[in-house]
Amino acid sequence: MYHKYNAIIVGAGGAGLRAALQLSTVSDVAVLTKLYPTRSHTGTAQGGIGAALGNREEDHWEWHAFDTVKGSDYLGDQDAIDIMCRDAVEAVYDLEHMGLPFSRTPEGKIDQRRFGGHTKYEGKEPVMRSCYAADRTGHMILQTLYQQCVKNNVVFFNEYSVLDIIMSDGVCGGVIAMDIGTGELHIFHAKTVLFASGGFGKMYKVTSNAHALTGDGPAVLYRNGIPLEDMEFFQFHPTGIYKLGILITEGARGEGGILLNGTGERFMERYAPTIKDLAPRDMVSQAMHREIAEGRGVDGKDYLLLDLTHLGAEVIEEKLPDVTDFVRTYLGVDPVKEPIPVQPTAHYAMGGIPTDVDARVLADETGAVIPGLYAAGECACVSVHGANRLGTNSLVDIQVFGKRAGDHMARFVRESPLLELPSQPDAPARALLDKIWSANGGELAGAIRADLQQKMMDKASIFRDEASLKTMQEELAKLKDRYQRISLRYKGSKYNADLMETVELGYLLDLAEALVVSALARTESRGAHSRVDYPKRDDANWLKHTMAFRKDNGIELRYKPVKITRFEPKERKY
Amino acid sequence: MLVKLKILRFDPDNDKAPHFQNYEADVEPTDRVLDALNAVRWYQDGSLAYRSSCAHGICGSDAMRINRTNRLACKTLIRQVAPNITLEPIRGFPVKRDLIVDLTGFFEQYRNVMPYLVNEDPMPTVERFQSPEDRAKYDDTTKCILCASCTTSCPIFWANTDYIGPAAIVSAHRFIFDSRDQAGGERLDILNSREGAWRCRTIFNCTDACPRDIKVTKAIQDVKRAIMSQKL
Ligand SMILES: Cc1cc2nc3c(=O)[nH]c(=O)nc-3n(C[C@H](O)[C@H](O)[C@H](O)COP(=O)(O)OP(=O)(O)OC[C@H]3O[C@@H](n4cnc5c(N)ncnc54)[C@H](O)[C@@H]3O)c2cc1C
Ligand code: FES
Repeated sequence: MYHKYNAIIVGAGGAGLRAALQLSTVSDVAVLTKLYPTRSHTGTAQGGIGAALGNREEDHWEWHAFDTVKGSDYLGDQDAIDIMCRDAVEAVYDLEHMGLPFSRTPEGKIDQRRFGGHTKYEGKEPVMRSCYAADRTGHMILQTLYQQCVKNNVVFFNEYSVLDIIMSDGVCGGVIAMDIGTGELHIFHAKTVLFASGGFGKMYKVTSNAHALTGDGPAVLYRNGIPLEDMEFFQFHPTGIYKLGILITEGARGEGGILLNGTGERFMERYAPTIKDLAPRDMVSQAMHREIAEGRGVDGKDYLLLDLTHLGAEVIEEKLPDVTDFVRTYLGVDPVKEPIPVQPTAHYAMGGIPTDVDARVLADETGAVIPGLYAAGECACVSVHGANRLGTNSLVDIQVFGKRAGDHMARFVRESPLLELPSQPDAPARALLDKIWSANGGELAGAIRADLQQKMMDKASIFRDEASLKTMQEELAKLKDRYQRISLRYKGSKYNADLMETVELGYLLDLAEALVVSALARTESRGAHSRVDYPKRDDANWLKHTMAFRKDNGIELRYKPVKITRFEPKERKY
Repeated sequence: MLVKLKILRFDPDNDKAPHFQNYEADVEPTDRVLDALNAVRWYQDGSLAYRSSCAHGICGSDAMRINRTNRLACKTLIRQVAPNITLEPIRGFPVKRDLIVDLTGFFEQYRNVMPYLVNEDPMPTVERFQSPEDRAKYDDTTKCILCASCTTSCPIFWANTDYIGPAAIVSAHRFIFDSRDQAGGERLDILNSREGAWRCRTIFNCTDACPRDIKVTKAIQDVKRAIMSQKL
């Protein structure tokens, strides 16, 4: 079936919905989403959205920018970071005006709490910057944005999975999507397309990410010749529920929770004497990994403890109700009375589709843009998070750059004609599906995925070195080979999860490969990329962004400089 | 442990009537029912259809009838329901396939109550203030994840699918009791109509079914009371 819109948005999380709202009053726009909008992963975000409102104590967006640059291990682009931290304040007021039920201070202002890596006076002590609604901030953002989209009559195509983009002479003219409910392919012809399709944590075994986070957007564009930026930087969040990976917000430590090792020691005092448990995530996760490796896990096992018991029942129930519920439900542990078993969990992709500060997708390392094509949110890399994202900065990112994407797309829609549709625009998507339909080597997608997740965990997670990454590269070649020999066990057309998961596994394999090859090349340690064989940051050689291109004969890596304005790289201590 | 799953299967295009199919899955007592479903689909029967995403009770994808009660498969542990687990789709909406129902009607009910903040005053340059006490008045109903467990557990709704249902009333409540909103009266009029809040007979199934522990029946009572006081 054929559809025509001025603007198509792929993804109904915080980034996609924010852009849709921005466009809804000036253009026709349709949102395509493989999940019902309110099922998007933004809804799971807990701890808060960072903005220097200064409601609880003195704060300035410039401090927020400093913290973000330092948190990024100086790999973030400082022009983009300035925009994000400055506009964060208005983004939060916007959400309040739309009706978001923030938690309030006694005077009725938006309440704020501490979060990892957010400080005052450029690193002196933690600051209350995270604006929150209990521990369901993401849920409230997603609901509020969706409510406003309902109000503005935004058109949604729910349970549509985008499989390909339409490109002609380097210009984007729409997308190809499958209606998951019927199996039918649809052509969406459009002047502009925004990818806001979220992250890809499902390449790891222990992850806070939803089943749907399989990196569809980045993979689809990568297969169309667009590079992927800084893929080697994947964030592990320190406090996942042991074995399950379900997240316990950093807000728990923001409220005063502490991490303990198996001997009962508050070990973060050794690693980050100034801000301790509120050090950035890369440092805390690495410290936890060390404690466990050196035998100080609990009972010699691979987990540590998050202790909230001293906060008292009232604070725990009122400020952290959902995580308390998770811990009680899934572990049978009551956080009011007992510490919580935790381990680092794969959480956030810093890398992704390269864009400029207006969310326009970049074709290469020189900054050339692809007309009509945009990306925002976790699938994109602006880069505001560099080598390590600070907590609360993704929700800011999706609001600020979602809005900017919407604004720029509106302008593009006004100024540009509709691209003429190339003949058979859906041929590549059909070929992709036909190949999966017809393969019959007996391999199961579920089994390949489980192997991928386990191996990525072992070889390419918090710590890596040349040997582990090379092994992973070989493993990936084998996994890809098995993938060619996959057999679908269900050939029906309606809600064929076997088919969808097989397509998604293909995305994960491609992205894992880009991650591993980028990580192998980067012979330094920076942020979330920690090379045991190269433990130091190396600004002389590596203060630059990786751009990975998919070529017929393998992956080609190119690099582009980091944008540095006010903050010169310094050693990172907390 | 080995559990027996009895799953109601139905493909409206090919089957005359729904039928149960039996499976076995080897899972831990602390695993989720969703893990058992995944074990079946990934390794035994790729044709099984159900929705899921977050796997920890926050996205609202996988409401289903588990041993005849509405629950989220990802928030129900095997040990709570083992060893015999019967899974059926939630009741009252057309089945698309197996455990997947058509939610179009559910979201129409939601849209009908104006589920968005209405406030025509000029916006301040900062946030609007709201006291913690005012914020607390609608806190409970902000937790809704639109999973449809409540509406599809209600016998009144089973008998009459025109009834707007508990979930839509919960969504309306969230705005009616928000001090910043100005369309409470309109929403109360909508809920005062034939298929509105008065259909509720305080059976409490909805409250029992809510995976977010929202006091659904109380919210409906709050709305009824507000309709009465508006009329006075
Ligand atoms: C448990 C958890 C807690 C978090 N807490 C915080 C926090 O407190 N503060 C913070 O700043 N950040 C937090 N984060 C990170 C943050 O929530 C996410 O990075 C952010 O919400 C991503 O938003 P998004 O709009 O980019 O994507 P998502 O919300 O993931 O949405 C992706 C959308 O794309 C759609 N989609 C994907 N692929 C396709 C396809 N092929 N076709 C069609 N549609 C598709 C999906 O259906 C979905 O609608 C947290 C993350 C997790 C996992
Ligand atoms: S999968 Fe999200 S609520 Fe169960």
